[in-house]
Formats: sequence, C-alpha cells, structure tokens
Amino acid sequence: MIGAGIVGASCAHALALAGLSVRVVDAGLPAATSAGMGHLVSLDGSAAELALCSDSLARWRALAPSLPASGAYHRCGTLWLAENEDDLATADDKRAALAMAGIGSELITPTRLAALEPLLRPGLSGALRVESDAILYAPRVADWLLECVGITLERAQVTALEDQQVRLADGRRLGARVIVLAAGLQAGALLEGLPIEAKKGHLLVTDRYPGRVSHQLVELGYGASAHAGQGTSVAFNLQARPTGQLLIGSTRQFDTLDPRVEPALLARMLERARGYLPALGAINAIRAWTGFRAATPDGLPIIGRHPEREGLWLALGHEGLGVTTAPSTAALIRAGVLGEHPPLDPSPYRFERFRASAPADGQR
Amino acid sequence: MNERLPRECELLIVGAGPAGMAAACAAADHGMSVVVIDDNPAPGGQIWRAGPRVDLPLRAQALRERFERLPGLRLCSATRVIDAPAPGRLLVEREHDAGVIDYHRLLLCTGARERLLPFPGWTLPGVTGAGGLQALIKGGLTVRGERIAIAGSGPLLLACAATVRAQRGRLVALAEQSPWQALAGFTIGLWRWPAKLAQAIALANPRYRAASRLIEALGERRLEAVVIESLGERREIACDRLACGFGLVANTELAQLLGCALDERGILVDQHQATSVAGVYAAGECTGPGGSELALVEGRIAGLAAADQYPLAAALSRRRARWQAFAAQLEQHFALDSSRLPPRRATTLVCRCEEVTLGELEAHSDWRRAKLASRCGMGACQGRVCAAATAQLFGWAPPPPRPPLSPARIDSLLLAGMEEVQE
Ligand SMILES: Cc1cc2nc3c(=O)[nH]c(=O)nc-3n(C[C@H](O)[C@H](O)[C@H](O)COP(=O)(O)OP(=O)(O)OC[C@H]3O[C@@H](n4cnc5c(N)ncnc54)[C@H](O)[C@@H]3O)c2cc1C
Ligand SMILES: Cc1cc2nc3c(=O)[nH]c(=O)nc-3n(C[C@H](O)[C@H](O)[C@H](O)COP(=O)(O)OP(=O)(O)OC[C@H]3O[C@@H](n4cnc5c(N)ncnc54)[C@H](O)[C@@H]3O)c2cc1C
Repeated sequence: MIGAGIVGASCAHALALAGLSVRVVDAGLPAATSAGMGHLVSLDGSAAELALCSDSLARWRALAPSLPASGAYHRCGTLWLAENEDDLATADDKRAALAMAGIGSELITPTRLAALEPLLRPGLSGALRVESDAILYAPRVADWLLECVGITLERAQVTALEDQQVRLADGRRLGARVIVLAAGLQAGALLEGLPIEAKKGHLLVTDRYPGRVSHQLVELGYGASAHAGQGTSVAFNLQARPTGQLLIGSTRQFDTLDPRVEPALLARMLERARGYLPALGAINAIRAWTGFRAATPDGLPIIGRHPEREGLWLALGHEGLGVTTAPSTAALIRAGVLGEHPPLDPSPYRFERFRASAPADGQR
Repeated sequence: MNERLPRECELLIVGAGPAGMAAACAAADHGMSVVVIDDNPAPGGQIWRAGPRVDLPLRAQALRERFERLPGLRLCSATRVIDAPAPGRLLVEREHDAGVIDYHRLLLCTGARERLLPFPGWTLPGVTGAGGLQALIKGGLTVRGERIAIAGSGPLLLACAATVRAQRGRLVALAEQSPWQALAGFTIGLWRWPAKLAQAIALANPRYRAASRLIEALGERRLEAVVIESLGERREIACDRLACGFGLVANTELAQLLGCALDERGILVDQHQATSVAGVYAAGECTGPGGSELALVEGRIAGLAAADQYPLAAALSRRRARWQAFAAQLEQHFALDSSRLPPRRATTLVCRCEEVTLGELEAHSDWRRAKLASRCGMGACQGRVCAAATAQLFGWAPPPPRPPLSPARIDSLLLAGMEEVQE
C-alpha cells in the first residue's frame, strides 16, 4: 500500500481484515487527509458519486461504534441552505435523488431552520436536512485503521513503481503480489498519465464557541461550485467541531501548487460565511491553512486494477470527498483483489474510462 | 480617545521595545514618516515595560520621552499585527477595530519570548517564567514578604532576583543550571562590559546555587514548594512563587509569514540589519537573544539603513560588534544543558490549550505527526509555548506559522481581501 492517508489506511484495513499481510509505505508528505474537513456527506453530482457516498456512509455508520473517541465521529447531519426559490427547487431535486439512493432527507421551513440554527441570518428560504450525514477527524481515524493486526507501517518514500515491486528512496526494494497506489496527489510522480489535477482549498478554524452551531451547514450552491470545471470559487461550508471550534470552508482553485494562505481569497470565503452567519464577524479565528484535492476530469475517483501493469491497483483522485468515500473505495479494492463480488458496480470508477476508447469526459 | 489607524507610511516598525524605539528615532531624525505598532498598552517592550511599579533607568526614560515626541511618528499601542496580506501591507487589529497599513519599508523589532519547559508541577498557579514574574511585578503585582524561588538558566534569573529583592520579596532559592566554572568564566569576561559587572555582583548572592537542577514544583491547588537538586542532593524548599527561566526564543512568526530567511538564533540579517526579503529589516532580539544594549544599537543601525543613511549606520558597526560579543558570551555560558533540564514525566502537560501530556507526544517522530494525532499546539496559542518546548525536548522543528498570527476577529480578516478584490 503506497500512502497512509484515509484512502490508503482504509484499503490496508480492509485487506488486512481479509487475511492479507499488508505493508503500508508512507513518506509523510503533505496529505489531503490532514488538511481536509472530514464531512461525511452524500453528494449527488452523478449517480455514480451518490452510489459511492451512500454505500460509504453506511460503512462509516457500521464502523462508528468501534472508532476511538479521538476519531470524533459525530452524526450531526447536514443542512443544505436555500437562499431563494431556485435553491429550494434544487433542494427538492436533491431530496428526490437521495431518496432514490435510499437516503432520507427532509425540506425544512424557514421557521424551523431558525429554530434549528438560530445563528443563521434571517430571510433564508429554507433548507434540506440530511440526518445521516456525519463528521469525523480523519487523521486520527486513518492512524487507528492502521493499528490493525496484519498491517506494518513503514515511514519511507517510494521512488519508483516496478513490476510487482517498489523502489524506496534508500535504494531498498519491496516486493508484493498486489501493489495499491493510494498516494493521493503525489501519485502522479510514480505513474505517468494519471489524469489528476490539484484543486487548492482554504479552511479556517476558530477558537472554542461551544453550542452555537449543531449541523454541518452548506450552501446549496456548493455542489455546483465543487464541480465547476475551472476558475476560482468560494462556497459556504461550516462544521462545528466537538471541541466547540468552528471549521469554516471553503475555496477551490486550479493551476496552483503554492500552499500559502491567500488572504484575499480567504477574505472572500469568510465574507461568504458571514453572509450566512452574521455572528461570525465577532468570533476569533485562530488559524487558516490550505490543502490540495486530487481531482479527476469527471470528479469521480479512480478505483481498480491498472489495465496494463500486472498486480498494480489504483485508489486515488477522490477530490473533495475522499474521507466520505474511503470505506467503499476499500471495499471495491478488496473485492477486486480477492475476486469477490463487488459491493457496487465498479465500472464508473475504472481507470479505463480515461483511455482512448472511452468518451473523453467519462460519464457524469 | 482611539485615533483612526494610519493607512500608510514610509517606515513601518513592529515592536516598541528598545530596538523599535531606537530605530524610530534614527529614521524619523532623517525625515521618514514612521508608524510603530506594538501590542502592549505603552512603549518599552519587555525590559522597559510601563507599569505602576516601574523605575526606568534614566537612559530608558530619555529614550522614551524622545520617542514619544518624535515629529513624523505615529505610535499605535495595544495594536497587534495579525497578517501580511500582500507585499507592502500589514493587517492590524485593536480592541474595537482593525485596518491595513501600507509601507515602503518594514522593520521587525518583535523581540523574544521566554522558553517555557514543561516539568512536573509547572502548571500550578504560582509558577511563572522569570521574565513573566518581572512583567507581573512591573504591572503592579506585590511580592512583599512572599517566598520566591528562581530556577533555570540565564541572566534573566539575576534580573528577576534583583527585582524581587527590590520589591522586598524573600528570595528562598536562586538555582542556576550552569556550573560555577562557566559562571566564573562569564564574570571574568565582563571586564570588557564594565556596566554589566554590576549585574554579576548578584552572582555573589548567598542563595545563588550553580550547577543546580529544578526537579519539580509541589502543591495541591497552588504552588507550595519546589524541589531542587544540587551537588547530588535534593532539597525541598517551601515557597509561594517559582519563577523559571530556560532562555528566550526569538519571535520570528511575522518574518516567516513574509518569507524572511532564519538562522538558528532568529531572523537572518546582513550588516545593515536587512533580511533576505527586499525592503524588510529586523533588529533586536527577534534576530537572536542578546539583551537590550545590542537591541538598541541594532535598532539604530536598522533605522538609519531604512532611511538610506548607510555611512552613519556603518559607523555603529563596532559598537554592535562589542555587544554581539557580549551576547555570544551569555549564550556560551548559559547554554541549556539537557542533562540539567528538569526530569520528564509522562503525565506532565505539554500543551495547556489542548491538554496533551509528554507521554502522548513521546511516541511520535516529529511535530506534524504528533500534532495530528494528539491535537498538541492546535489551540488558541497555536503552539507558541509547546512547539518551542518540543523543539528543546525532542529536537522537533517547530511548525511554520499560519495566519492569523494571533487569534483575530473574522471581521478583521475580511479587511485583508476586500481592497485587493476591488483593485
Ligand atoms: C480543504 C479540503 C477539504 C476537504 N473536505 C473534505 C470533506 O469535508 N469530506 C471529505 O470526504 N473529503 C474532504 N476532502 C477530501 C479528502 O481530504 C481527500 O479526498 C482524502 O483525504 C484523500 O485521501 P488519500 O488517502 O487519497 O490522500 P492523502 O491524504 O493525500 O494521502 C496520500 C498519502 O500518500 C503518501 N505518499 C505520496 N507519495 C508517496 C510516495 N512516493 N511514497 C510514499 N508515500 C507517498 C503521502 O505521504 C500521504 O500520506 C477535503 C480536502 C481538502 C483539501
Ligand atoms: C518576558 C520577558 C521579560 C524580560 N525582562 C527583562 C528584564 O527585566 N531585564 C532585562 O535586562 N531583560 C529582560 N528581558 C530581555 C529583553 O527582552 C531584552 O533585553 C530587550 O527588551 C529586547 O528588546 P527588543 O526591542 O529586541 O524586544 P522587546 O523588548 O521584546 O520588544 C518587542 C515588542 O514587540 C511587540 N510585538 C511582537 N510581535 C508583535 C506583533 N505581531 N504585533 C504587535 N506587537 C508585537 C512585543 O509585544 C514587544 O512589545 C525580558 C524578556 C522577556 C521575554
């Protein structure tokens, strides 16, 4: 397993539980898992995205009782906020789509919304409430997943992928029948031709203000901005951490690998957040940071066997949804490696969709 | 009472300690418009902190008076720099407002802070840093009749002891890590800095114990006693306060945000006190601990250089070299010896904000992993204390700073971008 982020850790865990002996190699590079928000959310950008989310959310629920307290799993639910009638129509479409995938949700009136989240500005048109969504603290959960019998963790950098073996920076070679590349954004350095691109994101966390917000709050425009093909965008996204801190997102930017916080863009993001939650203005921020999402052209991850390289499997390109979809990614990898029946149709996530024969844009 | 914040200036100085005040005088004398930002309520920095119980030396009083009357100077006290949102611009916050200030040149005189090391009992009320106790006393705390122990290493212990005695506190222990040989060497070296000999007289204090090691602070609800080991013997000494000093750490966070290179002591500067970033200078203890005299000369040189007065600046380089030599002596003789640091106990808190113990950290290999696993340094102080401590204890490289530099209102952060977007 190359990579000990949430995806690599989940895959290692699933394979170890299946009885394989798993060696995880991680270089300690900046990881999306330590930068992200850890919102376990049902997104419906496409049927395949929703299928992955819904399968994954059920797996997180099943795992929840065994997670350590420091993993901070909490089923807070999501409120998708509607600013106007158009948003409400979008909310209703979303409700219908989620229902098709077996996920319950309900439309909330402005009055109930104000009762649920009194800090929201007055005048919103309502919201869609998805109670099954949750949050967790992904870096800790990834570490916990790796503390499993059958897994050894090695802090080292893989410098080359060879036939059924990898070369490490110190010159050693490790051989394995199955090699899973779960190296996030940095996978491109090991394998040419991966269609992944960095999308930079900003987040900001506040001091502790317990009890002010209870749901993860997201603007309905978020889905659209999350999947915009280009340009810089900001969208309101706010999570109440179990510590009482508020985690505020988010931005999306292409064509940059500069990890520095951009104060002007951060300000745009905060302005948007304050537009929804006016009380934020007087709240103290304690730090801002950035992370990079590994995005594919169609917004879906790449999960499955490499079409040419013997013994090589791919689990990467999860963009802004990798914490949510890590368990299903792991289940698909497990089924593939063991030749079992897959838990859901694996074809939308196959690498082959980007090959010459497949339509350039994949299937939405 | 609150004047509006200035919008721009030729020279922006961050820090109104000895370095910042000396620099402001030098630059304003040459006609520059100067703005000084400082987060304390009044100028003076750490050493000349204003307060009801402060007797400033004459030189300091003279400098402060001159400073406060400088034509062309705007002093913004009780104002914090929270971010550097764009080149040539800083974002500042006060109690009730915030603003951006544009500058042509920037001088960082952000000083140093105490290194606080965790040891059993260090979080008990009554335990402070040696500089912290100095500051509390200057701020009005009465220690008359209180039993006070001072422990750790460095000249700040002596300064603290002098203040305690002047305020009629009862000094019950003055435990210095460094061995007598080192201290004797230091005292002998002082003939080159006659003014400093007076301080050394404190070395003759009967309570002064060299080669000592602080073991722990004891107490139920607050400090009751301290255990100190010296000459292989442990003694429990009843006390009301314990002031510890383990040296200073340069405040380099703003410099790092600006992209200035550092060396192992602090911000890296050249002979003109210029940093690696064009137009940005640094002077005083943010370039490395060295005392107030060095801070004063460095400040003057930086102020002159920022005003393009290079020959005048160069004329001061010998004086600076003298005080640099003094600083080097201090560093050599009071170097922290890890075998004399307080013992580590797994249950001792390291990060007070997030309540993380030494034991939870020891399993990890670096700061980043330890932080992600334990939340160490993720609280409101952003690791100011615990990252410096783990750098000392485990040799972990401290994390690069991220904005805001200190907790700041979201309303203030909004100012960073708005004008940018409109432009
Ligand atoms: C700002 C932001 C907010 C987000 N919010 C959410 C959210 O709310 N919900 C959600 O579900 N997702 C969210 N995400 C997305 C999510 O964080 C990622 O999809 C997920 O963490 C990806 O995990 P990963 O394991 O694939 O990659 P990473 O976490 O990037 O891990 C890759 C690992 O591979 C290792 N590695 C790389 N190259 C090598 C090599 N050559 N040798 C050895 N090791 C190597 C690295 O050291 C690293 O540890 C967010 C992302 C960002 C940036
Ligand atoms: C707690 C403490 C107590 C000390 N007490 C003594 C003593 O009693 N006797 C003695 O000889 N030496 C003492 N020292 C040593 C003293 O620091 C130096 O001798 C001298 O003050 C250094 O001068 P300076 O101008 O470099 O920095 P300082 O005097 O430290 O001044 C720096 C100033 O910059 C301000 N500042 C920093 N960052 C920001 C920001 N982001 N925004 C706004 N303002 C900022 C600080 O608040 C401070 O006022 C003490 C040091 C410390 C840390």
